[in-house]
Amino acid sequence: MYAFDFERPSTLAEAEKALAGEDAQALGGGQTLIPTLKQRLAMPEKLVSLGAIQEIKGVCKGDDGALCVGGGTTHATVAREAAADYPALAALAAHIGDPAVRNRGTIGGSIANNDPAACYPAAVLASGATVVTNKRKIAADDYFKGMFETALDEGEIITEVRFPVPEKASYQKFEQPASRFALVGVFVAKYADGVRVGVTGASEGGVFRWTEAEAALSADFSTGAVEGMARPADGMMSDLHGSAAYRAHLVGVMTRRAVAAAS
Amino acid sequence: MPKDHEGIGAGTKRREDVRFLTGAGNYTDDINVHGQAHVHFLRSDVAHGRLKKVDTAAAEGMPGVIRVFTGADFEGVGGLPCGWCVTDRHGQPMQEPAHPVLAQGKVRHVGDPIAAVVAETAEQARDAAEAIEVEIEDLPAVIDMKAALEEGATKVHDDLTSNLCYDWGFVEENREAVDKAIKEAAHVTTLELKNQRLVANPMEPRVAVGDFNRGTGEHTLYTTSQNPHVIRLLMGAFVLGIPEHKLRVVAPDVGGGFGSKIFHYAEEAFCTFAAKAVNRPVKWTSSRSEAFISDAQGRDHVTKIELALDKDNNFTAIRTETYANMGAYLSTFAPSVPTWLHGTLMAGNYKTPNIYVNVKAVFTNTVPVDAYRGAGRPEATYQLERVIDKAARELGVDPIALRRQNFVTEFPYATPVAVEYDTGDYHGTMDVLEKMADLSGFEARRKESEARGKLRGLGLNCYIEACGIAPSQLVGQLGARAGLYESATVRVNATGGIVVMTGSHSHGQGHETTFPQVIADMIGIDADMIEIEHGDTANTPMGMGTYGSRSIAVGGSAMVRAAEKVINKAKKIAAHLMEASEADVELKDGQFSVAGTDKSVAWGDVTLAAYVPHNYPLDEIEPGLEETAFYDPSNFTYPAGAYACEVEVDPETGKVEIKRFAAADDFGNIINPMIVDGQVHGGIGQGIGQALLENCVYDESGQILSASFMDYAMPRADDVPFYDVDHSSQTPCTHNPLGVKGCGEAGAIGSPPAVVNAVIDALHSGGHKVDHIDMPVSPARVWAAMNA
Repeated sequence: MYAFDFERPSTLAEAEKALAGEDAQALGGGQTLIPTLKQRLAMPEKLVSLGAIQEIKGVCKGDDGALCVGGGTTHATVAREAAADYPALAALAAHIGDPAVRNRGTIGGSIANNDPAACYPAAVLASGATVVTNKRKIAADDYFKGMFETALDEGEIITEVRFPVPEKASYQKFEQPASRFALVGVFVAKYADGVRVGVTGASEGGVFRWTEAEAALSADFSTGAVEGMARPADGMMSDLHGSAAYRAHLVGVMTRRAVAAAS
Repeated sequence: MPKDHEGIGAGTKRREDVRFLTGAGNYTDDINVHGQAHVHFLRSDVAHGRLKKVDTAAAEGMPGVIRVFTGADFEGVGGLPCGWCVTDRHGQPMQEPAHPVLAQGKVRHVGDPIAAVVAETAEQARDAAEAIEVEIEDLPAVIDMKAALEEGATKVHDDLTSNLCYDWGFVEENREAVDKAIKEAAHVTTLELKNQRLVANPMEPRVAVGDFNRGTGEHTLYTTSQNPHVIRLLMGAFVLGIPEHKLRVVAPDVGGGFGSKIFHYAEEAFCTFAAKAVNRPVKWTSSRSEAFISDAQGRDHVTKIELALDKDNNFTAIRTETYANMGAYLSTFAPSVPTWLHGTLMAGNYKTPNIYVNVKAVFTNTVPVDAYRGAGRPEATYQLERVIDKAARELGVDPIALRRQNFVTEFPYATPVAVEYDTGDYHGTMDVLEKMADLSGFEARRKESEARGKLRGLGLNCYIEACGIAPSQLVGQLGARAGLYESATVRVNATGGIVVMTGSHSHGQGHETTFPQVIADMIGIDADMIEIEHGDTANTPMGMGTYGSRSIAVGGSAMVRAAEKVINKAKKIAAHLMEASEADVELKDGQFSVAGTDKSVAWGDVTLAAYVPHNYPLDEIEPGLEETAFYDPSNFTYPAGAYACEVEVDPETGKVEIKRFAAADDFGNIINPMIVDGQVHGGIGQGIGQALLENCVYDESGQILSASFMDYAMPRADDVPFYDVDHSSQTPCTHNPLGVKGCGEAGAIGSPPAVVNAVIDALHSGGHKVDHIDMPVSPARVWAAMNA
């Protein structure tokens, strides 16, 4: 990696100040950024670690019943502490990467990066979650803007993600054989007012909602409702590990499996 | 008397694991020589191009930079040599391009080193490498082998006549008879397949540390090698012109090789050369990313195989045509892999009378390809066992019955492809497999899988391999530029402890445990009285190293020969001490005794007498007890086995899960069954990696698309099942003193066809008439085949 300055503030206010400088880059758990730096593919002047900011860590229940996950909360913590209230989210977190990744990587880091094959974006979108930053609240539907693109401004810090807790939900991931990121991952969440389906790994546009499946499942939450339903291959990613047609096919398979597994 | 768990046949735990598992190993990267500088290689990021400018001026002024080297610095230096010359179908030697240490004139693959910066720190070297100005005129990349051989194709090497390294026919004299047999056959099964390119990915990346002692003029190279003596000879004699007595090569603990650390690499020559040039020790440690573009890669064959059968389903002929990718340069043993390690194995376990193998070796703008666990033998086994399976399906016969019907049953058996199997019992090994794998219970398991919506398949495979590489005179006739004997010195200390200095090299095989077991057995002393030294040319006799499952068969045999010399001498000393005739002296359980008397002396008394020769026949024998032996095998060894794999295919996603895997191997006699189990487990895991996961892919421009573990899928623990392994079927090798055959590569040879055969069987059970899927049999490929 190239040389850089390093700061590790312990409050949000200090972090904001540290990030105000030219070419400053926030560092969450570093599970994407550190390998990128090691390959010399990024050259920040300054890294600002969010790791010491206690106020953005932890899992709690909001007054409205939403599950509130601090932006700096690791996957391992979510896997443990969300298990009772939102088991599908906890299960998702429990299957990201390996133990080392889960004990360093954070939810804020994951959705700020918005890797098109990351797991969390599917949950955030399917849950209709709210991304809370140091400046504002952003609805999930407005947050994801395409591969590695989000609504975040420069220097904006994700402090919390608020997940309305569904009646039933499940995340089903079909792993890319090498990276074990999602080749296709589908998060299905059933709420009183309807079903939301978030799909990751599949689309050139990053995470998306499969609205046709949502409509069918809102009318009848059963695998039969989405039997035979398929996404077109247009706009799906194609690479060594799967063609666009294969990914489109897997969206249907994983959706059905998520409905069957939802609890 | 030795502890009863330490001799030949004991499953002794590996003594070396204590230091490996507690961080006390001494790997090359652990070696830091006082005053060392660090090197960073600037590597080509294009696959093919002409170097128009390499301007190092800015880099030389960077902080910490000691010197920047380019190809120009190596113009008077030899290129990296190739250790094997293949003669083509027309009696001509192969085309052999120059392989400079640093690129000269052209770059020929992504990763080809252009320049090297030596600096105070690795980061400074890397910073400066980025400041080197390089201008490259892009040339079209030669990637596809068949296109590379077309008229007018861009040439990888301008000074060669084409991209064809050689067009090899084996045995050329068989060709007409094979063509005739195929024409007259009752049935011919044809299969076209690829044996995909693999990256070896040992856990420890390569490292080299060069050191030059200007006081003595001696060079030392510490390197991650499977064969330090070979590196010393190749680098000393052919690249840098350093005589052996001024060059020491040390390969300390090495964290896996799988073939990729056999070869002599540019970085080794560079560090040795640069250490003298800058008068500082010079160290290079490969990053994982660098390993993907600089370690020799494996396999990469494209093959068409035809199997001819008569009306009774007897095999009558095999004809193959293979394109073998050499990459951009000839790595050390590359030409031998698709020829003498591949064509000679094409008979498999079967008595096919007519065989003809054609191999076209091709230069492309890719990383050089060379031996990788199994080396040529997996490629031979894969195509043969896949085509047999296809034939069984076409003919509607049981795949085991078809194999059994054609097994070689009488030994020795001379194949039509130039080798003679000394011994084997293929029916007996298959019997072991059928029982162990509970093949009779398969249909019930299939029904159970189907009830869960899964397709279950059973895949069989038989393999034979030629190990114990190799008889020197035979391989010399075949083009080897080296002898392939092995050596050992057995040094007995005054108080009876023993150090064995072997030319074999352990990089995971467990020699430090198994070799002492043999000596313990021969003398009748505890194995912990015996130590193994290897890996340092300064204190081991010249040996050829470890690859080709040769260590116990060839290195172990050398050790036995040396130990026999030691015992013979010790008996003479013992006879003197007991005032008996040497012919009457027996050695058992560490005691020399005189037959028919109660006279005896202990091993330690005799060894002490050898070094304190007060009461000693000095007029007849020298003091001391140390002997060296060189062992050159009279034939290869021929391990063989039968494997069964059961898979479940998820018909919705195409994902393959291996449910059961059974391996019955005949390795002849076995020194340590636990270590043999481990070798087989590792080999099968590696073979499953090839069958289901691993794939080194280049795009049309020569960029590697799978250049990191994000895209190159290594097998993980949950990709493999618990294995059933059995090596009770034993036909000891008839021509080496231990009756051993070698076990290091078997699993990697035997498993890929078993897995793929199982997947094809599963798909057929679901009504999918799929003849073949190329490896890796990934979910996407299975799904595409099912939906084609």
